[in-house]
Amino acid sequence: MAYAAGVDVGSTQTKAIVLNERRQIIGRALIDTGANVVQAAENAYVQALQDGNIREEEVEFVVGTGYGRYKVTFGDTQITEISCHARGGVHLFPETQTVVDMGGQDTKAIRISPAGEILDFCMNDKCAAGTGRFLGAAANALGIGLSELGPTALRAEKPVKISTTCTVFAESEVVSWLGKGKKIEDILLGVHQSIVSRSLGLMRRVGIEPQVTFTGGVARNQAVVEVLQKELGFAVNVSEESHYMGAIGAGLFAMDHLLASRVPMEAPRPEVVR
Amino acid sequence: MTYTAGIDIGSTYVKALIADEGGRVIGRALVKTGFKLAEAADRALAQAIGNSGLQREDLAYVATTGFGRFLYPARDLNTTDLTAAAWGARFLFPNTYTILDVGGQTMKATRLTEDGKVKSFRLNDKCAAGTGAFLEKTARYMGFNTEEIGPLAATSKEPVPISGVCAVFAESEVINHLSHGSSPADIMHGSIVSLVDRSVQLMKRVQMEPEFTLVGGILRFDKMAAVIRERLGTEVNVPPGEEVQYVAALGAALLAHRRMQKLTLEASQLEEVREG
Repeated sequence: MAYAAGVDVGSTQTKAIVLNERRQIIGRALIDTGANVVQAAENAYVQALQDGNIREEEVEFVVGTGYGRYKVTFGDTQITEISCHARGGVHLFPETQTVVDMGGQDTKAIRISPAGEILDFCMNDKCAAGTGRFLGAAANALGIGLSELGPTALRAEKPVKISTTCTVFAESEVVSWLGKGKKIEDILLGVHQSIVSRSLGLMRRVGIEPQVTFTGGVARNQAVVEVLQKELGFAVNVSEESHYMGAIGAGLFAMDHLLASRVPMEAPRPEVVR
Repeated sequence: MTYTAGIDIGSTYVKALIADEGGRVIGRALVKTGFKLAEAADRALAQAIGNSGLQREDLAYVATTGFGRFLYPARDLNTTDLTAAAWGARFLFPNTYTILDVGGQTMKATRLTEDGKVKSFRLNDKCAAGTGAFLEKTARYMGFNTEEIGPLAATSKEPVPISGVCAVFAESEVINHLSHGSSPADIMHGSIVSLVDRSVQLMKRVQMEPEFTLVGGILRFDKMAAVIRERLGTEVNVPPGEEVQYVAALGAALLAHRRMQKLTLEASQLEEVREG
């Protein structure tokens, strides 16, 4: 059995995935990227190998992705996170035509053709509004953990309208609402609505076509998922693996390469993704 | 002698100032705005009165300005921060045609007419990368507080290029520079250059003309004015010391005096009509 790996070096977290020839995930790891990006990529990869109980020699091809993809020094090649998120999204949800990826420091909307090719994409990478950092700033201002954000917001009855766009100013706005006696859950739902409305703007620019697959770390936040579904008027695909989607896509590309480079007689027939 | 007060209720600080008819500053005070604006304004005014040796009753007129100007109930008059800054700047530097005001959460460029009225203005209050908050954030990422920005930047020889697109993303940029061995002073200097470049763009959009007068809390960091001078290639006016933070408050107090004079004049005219 041969193995391939994908390492997604994100601005906030680094994700690594090891796949077997049947394109099943057999090992994974997620760590904070921190300041030493090269080290983060290596650590995530080693942890994913340990998780899958695989020796490094058994992995024949590694693809790096994410903003730090060129820091994956042991990678055999690099592929943009746009391609990887699209690939991962389509692999897990074959009917996907729109991918929205919300990460720690950027949000992307990707349009995919019925044949699984990328038609268009749009990114918010110049401004932290509408990214995971916006939620992080609110959590910080309110003194609660990231994982509590969604569940707290879902208890809201009267969401507060957050008027500032900038993440820095939103932090003071959140505190000022608190000072005016608004409930934490109502403020938080407003914060969630604000980030969804920013990403919807991005999605509209590439055209929203169902099915929509929601990937990235923010997809683990149930309140974002619910607000997004309400705004779209239909359900979106969210995988348990949403956080790993870029790494999965990179791993799939790595496995494609591996299988394609084999002598045809020996190669197991690649599973047709679509 | 009549006295008036100007209270500039800004996003970060409230500035209160008491002036006599000649525009002489009798007392002033600065307090953090926080979230209870009326209370902060009250406190700033009380402190300014304390410093002046006057009583509350001695104040003939109280004018408010700044983003929180409507939230102070005890005001007699409110005026926009642009008009107030125009009055203050023209009083201190009569040849002012362009004002740049950099505060904690806003940046404003104002072009004045011959007779000191606001001809055009541009402002940024949507994005922290174009305001003092950008410098505060970069300082904080490096473990420095706001008051240390000035002294820190003053020691820099060569600015590190900072892209300045987003105050949040600046964090990774700053950490990156630090890990490559850049000094905090040079990074701070670079952040100031980035902020100044944005301010020059804003001033260009109001068709800037000399003389330039720089006001607002962020101008208390000498490096700001130095970099602006360098970028514009011309001399700029900067009110000395802490006065730079009180220009709008001074303008509001001056406007209050003018209103007083107008009312007094009208009253005396009425008197004449009645007598005649």
